[in-house]
Amino acid sequence: METILKIEDIEKYYGNKSSLTKAIDHISFEVNKGEFISIMGASGSGKTTLLNCISTIDRVTSGHIYLEGKDITKLKGNELNKFRREELGFIFQDFNLLDTLTAYENIALALSIQNVNAKEIEKRIKEIAQKLNILDILKKYPYQMSGGQKQRVASARAIITNPKLILADEPTGALDSKSSKMLLESFEALNKELKATILMVTHDAFTSSYASRVIFIKDGKIFHELIRGNDTRKEFFDKIIDVVTLLGGNLNDAL
Amino acid sequence: MMLCKLSLKNFKKSFKDYAVYFFTLILGVAVFYIFNAIDSQTIMLEVTSSTREIIDLMTNMLSGVSVFVSFVLGFLIIYASRFLMKRRHHEFGIYMTLGMSKGKISKILLIETLLIGCISLIVGLGLGIMISQVMSIFVANMFEANLTKFTFVISASAIIKTIGYFGIMYLIVMIFNTINVSRCKLIDLIYANKKTEKIRLKNPVLCIIIFMISVCLLGYAYYMVLNRYGMMESAAEILIPIALGCISTFFIFWSLSGMLLRIVMSLKKFYYKGINSFTFRQISSKINTTVMSMSIICIMLFLTICILSSALSMKNSLNANINELAPVDIQMMKTMDRDEKSIEDGYTQEQIEDSKLSIEETLKKLNFESDRYFKDVVDIMIYATNDLKVQDSLGSKLETVKKTYPYLDYTTAESIIRVSDYNKLARLFHKEEISLNENEYAIVADFDSWISIRNEGLKENTPIEILGKTYYPKYSECIDGFVYISSNHINAGLFVVPDDAVNDSIRAENVLTANYNASNTEEKSEIEEKIIALDQEDYAENTTISASTRLSIEEASTGLGAMVTFIGIYLGIIFLISSAALLALKELSESADNKSRYRMLRKIGVDEKQINKSVFEQIAIFFLAPLLLAVIHSIFGIQFCNLILNSFGTDQMLTSILMTAGVLLIIYGGYFLITYYSSKWMIEEK
Repeated sequence: METILKIEDIEKYYGNKSSLTKAIDHISFEVNKGEFISIMGASGSGKTTLLNCISTIDRVTSGHIYLEGKDITKLKGNELNKFRREELGFIFQDFNLLDTLTAYENIALALSIQNVNAKEIEKRIKEIAQKLNILDILKKYPYQMSGGQKQRVASARAIITNPKLILADEPTGALDSKSSKMLLESFEALNKELKATILMVTHDAFTSSYASRVIFIKDGKIFHELIRGNDTRKEFFDKIIDVVTLLGGNLNDAL
Repeated sequence: MMLCKLSLKNFKKSFKDYAVYFFTLILGVAVFYIFNAIDSQTIMLEVTSSTREIIDLMTNMLSGVSVFVSFVLGFLIIYASRFLMKRRHHEFGIYMTLGMSKGKISKILLIETLLIGCISLIVGLGLGIMISQVMSIFVANMFEANLTKFTFVISASAIIKTIGYFGIMYLIVMIFNTINVSRCKLIDLIYANKKTEKIRLKNPVLCIIIFMISVCLLGYAYYMVLNRYGMMESAAEILIPIALGCISTFFIFWSLSGMLLRIVMSLKKFYYKGINSFTFRQISSKINTTVMSMSIICIMLFLTICILSSALSMKNSLNANINELAPVDIQMMKTMDRDEKSIEDGYTQEQIEDSKLSIEETLKKLNFESDRYFKDVVDIMIYATNDLKVQDSLGSKLETVKKTYPYLDYTTAESIIRVSDYNKLARLFHKEEISLNENEYAIVADFDSWISIRNEGLKENTPIEILGKTYYPKYSECIDGFVYISSNHINAGLFVVPDDAVNDSIRAENVLTANYNASNTEEKSEIEEKIIALDQEDYAENTTISASTRLSIEEASTGLGAMVTFIGIYLGIIFLISSAALLALKELSESADNKSRYRMLRKIGVDEKQINKSVFEQIAIFFLAPLLLAVIHSIFGIQFCNLILNSFGTDQMLTSILMTAGVLLIIYGGYFLITYYSSKWMIEEK
């Protein structure tokens, strides 16, 4: 299978010499095309820092990240913006929708900054909205939507540009369990039907159980890795819980 | 101690965020000081006593205007501090959850206001004192006086006044803040940052209807101002177009904010290009929430433009008028043939006797050698008779004219002059000469309103009767000209008649016009001193001779021009900085909210260049919208000022408009740039 993302021995330090925090401590792994990966860890384990480094929002201290063979740690200035807008799709815990724009306009923004013309934008939004079941809320503003609806709009915005990689930071963090389930089912659908590669960060075992592979991080290092294989979601969930227990009390709230 | 520390820290923090506010306060203090210190700048000027009187008058007027200015600035400061308070609700919420009492929060604010006040006063006064030294050159220039010696002047009274006025303003701000804090609820404070704006799009049909109505109203107001000005029966009537203008300004902004977005949204190709959708949503929500302040700012800008351009052209046009309207050095006037009843009006028997003499004869009695001091002498006589009153020359148009100008006295006797006498003067004044046939008359005038009244009668070919003989107008309109020298076009009309139409039985006034027998200004001043000294002669109390001289007219009009210019610049600058500061503050206070929006845009990969462009467009439109409407208002407002003041030549107007544009560009443009760069700086990721 084709490798889309290759992370090679990256480190990220915060602070100065007297008080050095190693947020990421020599992490390496690879992501194949069409995979749905979940990165799990307690708060402070470095999982969000890892995501920020991959998304070029933050810079690594050392090491390399290759996306389709291109070293993205070497990008600068507007190359970074170009990279983010053309190669990546983002889904955030707090949705990050612009409150002044309607759902439609929020999704359109991702395309209009790539200079896609208005007709094409309309066509593609219709398609994606149908898949994510948000056709009837396209005219609404974020404050008129529920959390789940907001997150599906954000997902539509992330996926509409056909990015090589979708990055999701605690996508279910602000959702109730029903909305979480709906969102994760859409993720599964996007992964299976559109062959989207998804890299998700979460501390929630239930959320992770939808992934095809789970990477556990503790104190900035990879602690363990689980592959779903042919397990049912329930079986996979139980396996994840076992690792979480092993990881220690920190993730107890995962249930 | 802790409170002081918090205040100091906040002060440092907000100093960065609200540099514009500090800048405005400092500017306000400086301007306030400079204009209240003008009288101390004039002390080193070498001026005549009459100019000194005008300076005193100006000082009084400036301090009156200062009261008004302090209201404008006070409003600005209170508005701004409320604005800044709002931005800090979340911070206060945290203090309160930590158990800080409202009293202590008030104290923090108190200390902060005190700090801001002291620093802005000290820096502003320092700046004001520096600039006012340069001002003295400007003051000297305005009063056309020599700067005898340059000394560094600090006006203690202006300093005390500035501190007093601003002290009161800051005190009021403190009271307002305290009231504001005591009214706050913790729940609102804590969630102050979380409140998302509800977006309500206005009904587009309603917007268009209201827009149309407002535009029509505004058009009607313009029409009233320009075309019906002459017909207004009282000064209060001018309030109608002003009120209409204000109301329609408000509704134009109200409807525009709704319409603008609709229009842009319908242009799909444009709307869904880059981050245009975001930019226009931002602009529309900004205008939407500031309709009231936008209208106030628009009206303030309008006032600024009108005041500045009128004030700046006033002095120029006054000076230009003098060359045309006072082309000779001196004119002496004496009422002739007072009747015996004048004793009841307070005239002495000697004065009545004197009124039978000509000016030449009286001058001899005053021991003044007119042959030696005067040249180009023209001695003429003005006649008046009750046969010819204002109403007599209007013919059948009298009733219509009376309706338009009900307050004029139509029973005043008109002034009459012999055509040969008038032509002598016309030659001296470089005016057109008149030739009349036996039964003809003409009217010379240069006061626009009067010209239009008199033309009504002339068009009708209205005959007049003098001493039993009838005369018909030679021309169907007034001839441009005057007899008395002055600083303005104030000749309401003189009847020029054939020489034998009048005789000594109806003579009213002797007018002697002459140039000084001198080659330069010093010599002229010497002669003028001698004429003023005639007042000390023994015979002086027996005569009612009066004189107007070019030098005195020049002085008076220079002083008047300077006074108007100073007051105009003072008000103009205060209005300008107030409105620009309001816009800048509103924009900057929103930058905190916007910060998270721009962070989102960056995350989805929007270029820095596009973000900067969007910020620029937003601020540019926000600043331009009120300016644009204000400029449209001003096109009509300035014309109205012209109508009232009636004395501006268009060429001077152009220079003053250009100067106004320059001032506007520097101050308003400066605020725009500061706002742009500070918002850019505020939304930057560090």
